[in-house]
Amino acid sequence: MELRLRIFRFDPQTDVEPYYRNYTVQAGLNERVLDCLNRIKWEQDGTLGYRMSCAHGVCGSDAMRINGSCALACQKLVSDLEGQDILLEPLPSFKVLKDLIVDLEPFFSKVDQIRPYLIASSPPEMERLQSQEDRKKMGEAIRCILCACCVGACPVSNENNSFLGPAPLVQAFRRIFDSRDEKRAERLEQLNLPDGVWGCVNHFECTKACPKEIPVTKYINMMKKQIGR
Amino acid sequence: MDFKHDVVIVGSGLAGLRAALEVTDGVNVALISKVFPTRSHSGAAQGGIGAALGNEEKDSWEWHMYDTVKGGDYLTDQDAAEVLAKDAARAVYELEHMGVPFNRTQEGKIAQRAFGGHTKNFGEGPIKRACYAADRTGRVILDTLYGEAIARSIQVFSEFHLLDLILEKGQVAGVIAYELSTGEIHTFHSRAVLLATGGFGKVFKTSSNCFTNTGDGVYFAYRAGLPLEDMEFVQFHPTGIYRLGVLISEAARGEGGILLNGEHHRFMEEYAPSLKDLAPRDVVSRAVTTEMRQGRGIGGGDFVHLDLTHIGKEKLADKLSDISSFAKIYLGVDVTSEPIPVTPTCHYMMGGIPTSLDGRVLDIFGDPVPGLYAAGECACVSVHGANRLGTNSLLDLVVFGRRAGKMMRRDLQELEWSELSPSPGERVLKNIENIKNRNGGERPIAIRTSLQEIMMDDCSVYRNKKDMTDALTKIRQLEDRYETISIDYRASHFNTDLLEAIELESLLGLAETILVSAIARTESRGAHYREDYPERDDRNWLKHTLVTKTVEGPAVSYKPVSITRFEPKARTY
Repeated sequence: MELRLRIFRFDPQTDVEPYYRNYTVQAGLNERVLDCLNRIKWEQDGTLGYRMSCAHGVCGSDAMRINGSCALACQKLVSDLEGQDILLEPLPSFKVLKDLIVDLEPFFSKVDQIRPYLIASSPPEMERLQSQEDRKKMGEAIRCILCACCVGACPVSNENNSFLGPAPLVQAFRRIFDSRDEKRAERLEQLNLPDGVWGCVNHFECTKACPKEIPVTKYINMMKKQIGR
Repeated sequence: MDFKHDVVIVGSGLAGLRAALEVTDGVNVALISKVFPTRSHSGAAQGGIGAALGNEEKDSWEWHMYDTVKGGDYLTDQDAAEVLAKDAARAVYELEHMGVPFNRTQEGKIAQRAFGGHTKNFGEGPIKRACYAADRTGRVILDTLYGEAIARSIQVFSEFHLLDLILEKGQVAGVIAYELSTGEIHTFHSRAVLLATGGFGKVFKTSSNCFTNTGDGVYFAYRAGLPLEDMEFVQFHPTGIYRLGVLISEAARGEGGILLNGEHHRFMEEYAPSLKDLAPRDVVSRAVTTEMRQGRGIGGGDFVHLDLTHIGKEKLADKLSDISSFAKIYLGVDVTSEPIPVTPTCHYMMGGIPTSLDGRVLDIFGDPVPGLYAAGECACVSVHGANRLGTNSLLDLVVFGRRAGKMMRRDLQELEWSELSPSPGERVLKNIENIKNRNGGERPIAIRTSLQEIMMDDCSVYRNKKDMTDALTKIRQLEDRYETISIDYRASHFNTDLLEAIELESLLGLAETILVSAIARTESRGAHYREDYPERDDRNWLKHTLVTKTVEGPAVSYKPVSITRFEPKARTY
């Protein structure tokens, strides 16, 4: 079928302001939005900029705004958007570097801030024991692929650059609820700030956007509860 | 810009990251990567990492070693397989200590499950050896090692593409890299370089590989005059999602899933009476392809069914949730009630840059190239022989990545700085200017698509001399056409148009080495199956292929296999 795409374009080196460009491609219903983008880039307009790699929702490279919602281009099918023209824009709240490519440095440095690694002393020779119940407490947080869809979708992140944001909080959750980590109290204290967990006011937009179906808002609230104790 | 680092590691997947952790203290190391580290393709590994921990049932490293050797159809270097199997438990415990969220047994130990080709007591039946974190084992290990890299403040250059390897008088002097965001070409002057650039599954049309897997490091080593080993051995994973090629982990069969043909028959019973659906990947991919060729695909078509419906909702959610969601998203299939249409997909390259057991890259004479190391899928130790077993890849990355890191650290005590020639990046710069300034040529896409289709049609699960010889002629025509390509985007920042054009040179060059090596090997072994030579021929072919660039094209030679414990025997499952 013939599909129309309207794509945000902006090259800060040559363009005074962003504009939208329309493209038409042939695409099957079971094809990904990423397939459409690739077809445009490879066959019509090589100047189009976007990131991508694994093309099946594991690497987290191709997060963008698709018809108003933050999502991965490799996880949205043409059939999901049937009957509509497709509008592609960069993730909101990030600086645009070129077209659909945004500056993720601030995002990754917030992830680094929460110390995204296990802190534990003197392990045994073999594995540490962890009960199945304790293992489950990390829940779906281990699914996070750092695509930043949640941050793009978060109204608070959009207004306030200092807010830690949903994905870094999910990364913190993963360590706080890992029974093997020894810095739980310290980690919680680090989040006990207006721009930490308390920046979240339950819009649930992150939860709706998460391509890995992580209950992000719920996890943030669980951390608030832990701090409250 | 000119950078100067003791060590440059190219690639931030598990091999590169694990090696980097060995050279942090007191060594000036730079990690350069095409993508942000957590986007690396190691993250797509699903099912598990193999180690004879014996947490679920009695196991031993000798059994694991035997399975690795037999799985590789006896082309596996047995000294390497011994290192892999012996070091596996330590490597997995280390990952657990770093925080990998493995699933657990009732007693709280690391949980293990069955996987293709892994057996108890030297081939008696399936064994639970794969340590796993649901079906995203690679991703959580990648996240964990990246976290360790942050904890140790390793300097990462993300979105820097390798453009060339600099060798001066046979010794490493550094690399040339392209910065995606600016288009700047940088020289990294170094005493040691570790290539950890991954595989090149994008040579084939149907592939589980990411778009960045174009084999740059392997091709640049070849272009620099170094040999490549066992390039004809390309693994096709039997269960890629129909048409897309996205991987459905072998863990699905490890947890009880079965393959069904168009007659609703569990056909693996015929091909591998003992292990059935858990036979190694080469065996299962051939079986699937045979079923389809003989008209027993689903509806007579070009796919079969992977049935998980009897596994149960809870187990699927706990252990196979990612693949369940892939089936839902891409096919609209609910795996709890419907089978998944699957077909073989190019998955892994057994061949690559020859190395010693400690990651030193070896030249055509088997001597180490001073300062040059390789680890992971780009390397050929050779621990996988003619066919890799599932779960041995993640293990290879952390075991041999670590060993390469340790060896670099040791060698740094003696490695001198090579003097750089006045403009080491001149050749690649000229090449880039040529591509950018050329007008009116064809876009790269038609060449890339043709390449992938030719390799898929003529050099995948079944091969023969005629098809491969025709393919080689066609690939060489594509190489000629490549000289005339032009691109749309001429600016310097975020020019992925240019980078994809450069990657195409690697894909074409590597395809040629695969074909030349495969045409030369007139036997069937592991993943290399010749319809015109259907038997394994140990008398003439129990040897590794080496392929080297010459003015007349790729030239093949051979080197012996290390056989220490297990004499080659007929390989049945």
